[in-house]
Amino acid sequence: MLVKRSSGLTSADVTPKHIYMNRRKFLAGALVASGSALAWGKAPAYLGASPDEPRKLSGVSRWPGSTTEPVTSEQIVTHYNNFYEFGTDKTDPANNAKYFRTSPWSVSIEGEVKKPRLITMDEIMKLAPLEERIYRHRCVEAWSIVVPWIGYSLSTLLRQVEPTSKARYVAFQSLYDPAQMPQGKWAGIAFPYIEGLRLDEAMHPLTLLCVGMYGTTLPNQDGAPVRLVIPWKYGFKSIKSIVKIRFVKDQPPTTWNNESSQEYGFYSNVNPNRDHPRWSQKTERRLGGGLFHAQIPTQMFNGYGDQVAHLYAGMDLQKYF
Amino acid sequence: MNAILTSKWTKAALFAICLIPFGLLVWQAAFHADLIANPAQFFEHATGDWTLRFLAITLAITPLRKILRVPQLIRFRRMLGLFAFFYVCLHLASYLWIDKYFDWRGIWADLHKRTYIIVGFSAFVLLIPLALTSTAGWIRRLGGKRWRALHRAIYASAVLGVIHYWWLVKSDISKPVEYAVIVGGLLAWRIGAWVRGRKRQLPAPGASREPAPARMP
Repeated sequence: MLVKRSSGLTSADVTPKHIYMNRRKFLAGALVASGSALAWGKAPAYLGASPDEPRKLSGVSRWPGSTTEPVTSEQIVTHYNNFYEFGTDKTDPANNAKYFRTSPWSVSIEGEVKKPRLITMDEIMKLAPLEERIYRHRCVEAWSIVVPWIGYSLSTLLRQVEPTSKARYVAFQSLYDPAQMPQGKWAGIAFPYIEGLRLDEAMHPLTLLCVGMYGTTLPNQDGAPVRLVIPWKYGFKSIKSIVKIRFVKDQPPTTWNNESSQEYGFYSNVNPNRDHPRWSQKTERRLGGGLFHAQIPTQMFNGYGDQVAHLYAGMDLQKYF
Repeated sequence: MNAILTSKWTKAALFAICLIPFGLLVWQAAFHADLIANPAQFFEHATGDWTLRFLAITLAITPLRKILRVPQLIRFRRMLGLFAFFYVCLHLASYLWIDKYFDWRGIWADLHKRTYIIVGFSAFVLLIPLALTSTAGWIRRLGGKRWRALHRAIYASAVLGVIHYWWLVKSDISKPVEYAVIVGGLLAWRIGAWVRGRKRQLPAPGASREPAPARMP
């Protein structure tokens, strides 16, 4: 990467403090690494310990519905991330999530359910056989990747708690631990990150409860230890590092919709006919294509229309975007 | 000090330094293209950043000359301004070629629908006459006063450039804010200098009612 800071100008005296501080992302990361280490009460071991490396997953079956398109390189998928809790540059999460602690981990499932429960990561891993599903993944920023995710349908988990008849939506929440995610302070969006799906979307067999990719558990920067992958929606719907799932009666608020409701709708289905106010959604850049490659056309529902279009029958997708 | 500032070698060295970012980009494109996940974004952002930096450096020359009392700095201003133009051309080329791959319909749609692209393109267009009239011959032909008036378009171009950046980021505005503070500061200094110049030239009571027009530095 090129040197990012400009000029020999001295503007320190007029630069607002929080921006001035932002230059020291790196230093802040180091400080927090030591800070949270102390908080955990075993500083030397933690600082000396190697980061949580992804573990190889065995007994993963191939899912028959995978796309046959070339899979994007793991290097790109692990070094080009939007995970604003760890910084807003694409390369920030790979650097800043190294020491993110993902065990022990549990997910609270609550709200309009007969059997609310706190489920541990070990239980999640054993709840159903793991499948490798190769999905197209389309970011709202008009780039896309093809990823071999590992997991099983979210519906398997949701059925465990027996939703009541009042449950019409499902709200999801990511972990937000400012001690481990100091860069989140400068992200410009409110945390914890929250997302939501209509119940039928959440129960759809394509909606993946994802615990791994490329044959291993999830790398921290890709949403360890457990995330959603909803292949027909823009990437930001596929919430990372989930700690809470809540069944609710009314449409829940979602992070990007809260930030800018004109730009990011609740549904956020991939739709080439509905441009983002600031850029076109008609085409996308498939990452890893090298320097000079034309963009490719974006498909309605990211190409999963046959399976999901019926969920939105009769709805005006310009209005419910 | 004076010898260094007026040496032709200093100018040559500065020229070479200004080419370093370009060299690094070429080097990355040639040998490490596979490591660049999103080449369009990478080259657009890098060349856009360098355009704004060179605009800011160019705008800093006059304040630095006055504050540090080193009038010789003027020797470098044209070259720095032309480097800003060089990097904005690369920026536009990255957009047209790597990003849009000469998809003229898509480009046209962008141009009349995307505010930040309209703003950025306006900033570019404003710089064209400045680059064209940067020669000594053109200064003579236009006359110093008109030439200076024309070249004040760089103020508008820099402001539009910062707005262009500000409007394209999703939520973390810290980098556009940095540029806004720097460009804003450099323009504020000019306004301050202009106001001071006016005050100095205001007639004493009873003197002629027609003060000489103050000159924007």
